Amino acid sequence: MNAVANIELPQPAREPAADAHVTSATDPHIKVVARSVNVFYGDKHALKDVSIDVPERSVTAFIGPSGCGKSTFLRCINRMNDTIPIARVSGRIEIEGQDIYDSSLDVVQLRARVGMVFQKPNPFPKSVYENIAYGPRIHGLARNKGELDEIVVTSLKRAGLFEEVKDRLGDSGTGLSGGQQQRLCIARAIAVNPDVILMDEPCSALDPIATARIEELMDELRENFTMIIVTHSMQQAARVSQRTAFFHLGVLVESGPTEKIFTNPDDQRTQDYITGRFG
Amino acid sequence: MNLIFLAGLALLVAVGFLFGRSRANVAAQSEAMHSRPVYHGAFVAIAVLVPMVLVLALGVPAGNHIVETQALGGFAPSLVDDSLKRSALLRDIIAVVNGQYSGNPTPALQRAADTYASMRAFANTLVLGTGLVFGLLGLAYGLRAVSVRFRARTQVERFVKVVLAVAASVAVLTTIGIVFSVLFETVRFFERVSPLEFLFGLHWSPQTAIRADQAGSSGAFGIVPLVTGTLLITTIAMLIAGPIGLFAAIYLAEYATPRFRSWAKPILEILAGIPTVVLGFFAALSLAPWLRESGGILGLDVASESALAAGVVMGMMVIPFVSSLSDDVINAVPQSLRDGSYAMGATKSETVKKVVLPAAFAGIVSAFMLAISRAVGETMIVVMAAGLAANLTFNPLEAVTTFTVQIKTILVGDQEFDSAKTLSAFALGFVLFFFTLTLNVIALQIVKRYREQYD
Repeated sequence: MNAVANIELPQPAREPAADAHVTSATDPHIKVVARSVNVFYGDKHALKDVSIDVPERSVTAFIGPSGCGKSTFLRCINRMNDTIPIARVSGRIEIEGQDIYDSSLDVVQLRARVGMVFQKPNPFPKSVYENIAYGPRIHGLARNKGELDEIVVTSLKRAGLFEEVKDRLGDSGTGLSGGQQQRLCIARAIAVNPDVILMDEPCSALDPIATARIEELMDELRENFTMIIVTHSMQQAARVSQRTAFFHLGVLVESGPTEKIFTNPDDQRTQDYITGRFG
Repeated sequence: MNLIFLAGLALLVAVGFLFGRSRANVAAQSEAMHSRPVYHGAFVAIAVLVPMVLVLALGVPAGNHIVETQALGGFAPSLVDDSLKRSALLRDIIAVVNGQYSGNPTPALQRAADTYASMRAFANTLVLGTGLVFGLLGLAYGLRAVSVRFRARTQVERFVKVVLAVAASVAVLTTIGIVFSVLFETVRFFERVSPLEFLFGLHWSPQTAIRADQAGSSGAFGIVPLVTGTLLITTIAMLIAGPIGLFAAIYLAEYATPRFRSWAKPILEILAGIPTVVLGFFAALSLAPWLRESGGILGLDVASESALAAGVVMGMMVIPFVSSLSDDVINAVPQSLRDGSYAMGATKSETVKKVVLPAAFAGIVSAFMLAISRAVGETMIVVMAAGLAANLTFNPLEAVTTFTVQIKTILVGDQEFDSAKTLSAFALGFVLFFFTLTLNVIALQIVKRYREQYD
């Protein structure tokens, strides 16, 4: 399951501070580039000088103890921190070379390109069909009912949910089981055909069987999407990701191929965390 | 006198609690108790409280009855049996007893007053004595019950449940009582006027002849003009309050900064606290003349009392009901749904329109229904601004009248209580009650049907 070996890295894993202020990655396989990202919640310095490259068509896992800033950083990538009035972001994040904090960038278009799946399944209190059709409708992706139907069916199929719900597309999305709801949210996110999918602890509210189902799905989706997941479970990071980044106290301690992080990390803090000495 | 009783009650209850608790404390030193000492204290207090309150509740009315019967014993049955004369006599007797009677009382009245005074003193002492005896018995019983095994906590819980159940039944029984009292008078009205004429008649003119020689006042009791008047004014009010209230709620809940919201919302709620009389004279003295003038400029004939003026001001009155409740339900929509929508690239207004409002729909409907009930039941604004003329019209520029206004007009002043005119007020009240009840049932159904299961 771990296809770590065939992911080529642009450079060996480096100390993040070393490449601060480098504004763009030259490697075309790098989807998301972050340089010197700082986040403040009021006076609290939640994220300190984070720089990372995220390769396309792979799963990158952010791990670390609670409050380490991994979810905060994830929410910077689709600018969900904009909805928190006291949050302030500095630094530079680029997706395919485009600065997403540029004042001319439309956050609506950004979020259409960067989908997000939340910790707790949050289907809208609408039918299964309407949940999926929501994004395509607001972005005008379907010219007629037939196209919309097709998007809905395709998205449900890609999320591995179609067979289970094909007879109740009109039923409320909130009536599904927890695992089905989370796959519905994933289907909703891929319905607008994003480049990047962010997942914020997508399995923490699910039972082991539903979790296994979602993890399988992530493995399938990585063929087409760049995926970034935040997870509390180191086993999950080891199972599904090709690259892992370890956050601690708002600092990106270390990032690199998952296998390396879990077997031979450079930093002592990473070593301590993955061997269970703290966190 | 009752003050002495209540003082004794409070004293005995306090004594019971303290003794019960300290006894339990002593018992707790030798062995582990089932209930904590405070529950034993509470149990003893209840054992004192319940019998004493019962004695007061039963003894005072019984005492009054005996005292009055004794005092009135010297008068002719013709005086005593008539309820009006009986209460007049009693007032005189009490006035004599208190030394406030104007003029010299007749010997019979003076005798009755003496009897009243002595019987009253006797009855009071009797109630007080009985109460204290029962209180002390309760105290003794409660203190005897204190023991290691005694389940005082269970007993106290049961007492709490009974008190709460009594409170709930008082509310329900009052409602039922009001409905029945209105219902009986309504039935009496329908003995005089046929229900068909009442419900479907197109003419409302409740004046009936007081003397046989009066002309032209046979009375007409068709409520259709009142129904149209009420609906017209309510519709205007909701056309004003619905959009403004809902939009204000959306702004406060979704767009306003917490600082703005923290002072704007209380101000909006003050609007609900303006007495309707004040709003009424605003409608009658400011808005209605202005409407009449502006209408004149446009070549419209606006009555000086119009449904429009009353409806607009009533709409202002119910804005806070719509906005405040809607604001609460919009705030109750989980943030995770908004996040989900924003993460899909939806704008704020798309999120409000497609996710937040549908999720809050049931609560918003209840807010509207409450506002409509308020508008239908509102009297003062309509009295002052819309007039009394029962016109059958849908023109908002004419004077109309409503159920509530007619009830108020019929019942103000001296009335004969068995004329069709007076009784019609009860029938109107009953129809109004039925109307708001129907609204509530519909609202409940809508809420049940569309309640979204989020979370």
